[in-house]
Amino acid sequence: MNKGLPKWADVLLIPVLSLLLALFVSGLVVLFIGRDPIEAVKVMVQGAFGKYGIGYTLYYTTNFIFTGLAVAVAFHARLFNIGGEGQAGLGGVGVALVLLSFNWPNWVVALIAASIGAAIFGAAWAAIPAYLQAKRGSHIVITTIMFNLIGSALINYLLVGPMQAPGMVPETPGFPEAAALPTLHDVFAVFGIAFDKNAPANVSIFIALAALVFVYILIWKTRIGYEIRAFGHSEKAAVYAGISPLKITMIAMLVSGALAGLMAINTVMGEAERLVLDSVQGAGFVGIAVALMGRSHPVGVLLAAFLFGILYQGGGELSFAMGIPREMIVVIQALVIMFTGSLENIVRMPVEKLFLRFNKGGA
Amino acid sequence: MELLQLMDSAVRLATPLLLAALAGLYSERSGIFDIGLEGKMLIAAFTAGAFSGIAGMPIAEGGWGWTYGMAWFGLFTAIIASVLLSLIHGFASITLRGNQLISGVAVNFFAAGTTVLIGQEWFRAGGQTPSLRGAQRFEPITLPFADAVSEVPVIGPVYADLISGHNIVVYIAILAVPLTWWILFRTRFGLRLRAVGENPGAVDTAGISVVKQRYAAVVIAGILCGLAGAYLSLGTSAAGFVKDMSAGKGFIALAALIFAKWQPRGVLFAALLFGFLEAIGNKYQSVDIGAFVIPVQFMQALPYILTVVILAGFVGKAIPPKAGGEPYVKER
Repeated sequence: MNKGLPKWADVLLIPVLSLLLALFVSGLVVLFIGRDPIEAVKVMVQGAFGKYGIGYTLYYTTNFIFTGLAVAVAFHARLFNIGGEGQAGLGGVGVALVLLSFNWPNWVVALIAASIGAAIFGAAWAAIPAYLQAKRGSHIVITTIMFNLIGSALINYLLVGPMQAPGMVPETPGFPEAAALPTLHDVFAVFGIAFDKNAPANVSIFIALAALVFVYILIWKTRIGYEIRAFGHSEKAAVYAGISPLKITMIAMLVSGALAGLMAINTVMGEAERLVLDSVQGAGFVGIAVALMGRSHPVGVLLAAFLFGILYQGGGELSFAMGIPREMIVVIQALVIMFTGSLENIVRMPVEKLFLRFNKGGA
Repeated sequence: MELLQLMDSAVRLATPLLLAALAGLYSERSGIFDIGLEGKMLIAAFTAGAFSGIAGMPIAEGGWGWTYGMAWFGLFTAIIASVLLSLIHGFASITLRGNQLISGVAVNFFAAGTTVLIGQEWFRAGGQTPSLRGAQRFEPITLPFADAVSEVPVIGPVYADLISGHNIVVYIAILAVPLTWWILFRTRFGLRLRAVGENPGAVDTAGISVVKQRYAAVVIAGILCGLAGAYLSLGTSAAGFVKDMSAGKGFIALAALIFAKWQPRGVLFAALLFGFLEAIGNKYQSVDIGAFVIPVQFMQALPYILTVVILAGFVGKAIPPKAGGEPYVKER
């Protein structure tokens, strides 16, 4: 694949150049709708890093770490899980069921239980598409998209039916107060650091960071991880080596779904403290861009999730300050997926040529 | 009578699925997976709604003051927009040999974002285009003698209500089925198109350009998605573009294509089946079957559930074109 390309160019130079290209084209889109792209960048950066912004930026980052890892783990087995949106939504149902079923005395126990609930529900929602892919060869891209739509219908049903709080609003009752997660404000206050009190960022971010480590160990340091990567490289070779496609597909997708589901502890438990309609808000899809940009590696996912956190929070500011609709973020997301994913060779081919010439000159 | 109504709305609902599935047929038969049908339909629906709307808007309100042909102009622009997205997909998957699934996903997001972004910028109505009237839309066509025979039992109502009274795009979609069959299975072009999807190496050896053949297929897919999208905004009761109006139809079309085992005739039946299910879901909001009531959400999710069931292969094995999804690398 990479003829004579040094590793740093492969993992750093090409993604960064691709990203810059994507952002440049995004700037052209801003220009097309008659706004000043430079001004837009300023507004976004100020919005994302300002005193009130950073707490939101980190909150979004937490979401995208989970969904990005979800897509990344599946990518290692060469499975394209577009179902993060539905899996995270169902994770929210899991969180709500756990937290509403019991009057939790303190948040640590509640968090552990809710995380398990979120992971199980997320994994369950990924299980059927995974099984159908492995057993019947049903295209996992289409089935996971269908499961997003089915999941959203199911949650709609639950929130106006069995799980609805008394009243007309389609949401569950609020969770027990003792189960409320400490925000980053509370955490930093312990160390005497001031942090915005109203920001939604909460202790879930530490679980997200732990998930990054977990995925690193799982993929690169365990037998299962080796099998997942072997399967992703060549299904034929993996089968020849005695690796079961059914087992790997199921494990990769269950882990993927569980990670996506875990996002709900940040949004449903940490922020809303009840299950509301559309709690995922596209974060499942952002995970695709995050995983592609981050090369499916935890470090890359962390950086890409932070970048998208900035884009999301800054994008919100864009609509306030400049009247550019929030959908601008979806466009940026699309361009990032394009340039770091399918159009990657636009950057890679010339860079490879350059290195080839350079190496010849040096030798 | 009720069944007739259901079938009538099934035909209307099947039309965009049929056009999109035929688009997928050309693309996938040539070896290019197209997850981006959805996005192409969406951008076409927006472009059609926007340009038909602007063309028909009175000059005083900032439009062009046309009085006829706006819908056709809208269709024309829709096809251009959709083909442009097709070419991006083609460039990524044919020329750059990138991942076709990822490219399709990017196309979908791009369409979902830009349609609202530009729609809001132009019309300031939360991403909607102005509501369309008269020649801004494709209006129902009454076929000859429809009124005269409507009194004849059985055949009369079927002809007058089911066959007659649709707009032009519906008839184009249905005629596209035999046309596609003829092109794919009775012309040299079609033979080559199918061949590059099965064994591009052999086609290349015969001195035919795999790249050109695949680009041709992708462009045809763009044209058909343009029609499908324009139908959504100009040919349905929506009478204009609404945010995310393709609502998963592009993916259902892909499922229909698999169900149809990549055969034109099968595509027609699959699209009608999905259209019929959607019609049932729309008509019976919640079904009371005695013991309990099937909730409306279930009825709405029915086409998606059926899509999964069909993909699960309860309908027999579907064998996709052999070289599908694989970029072709010329041997040196």
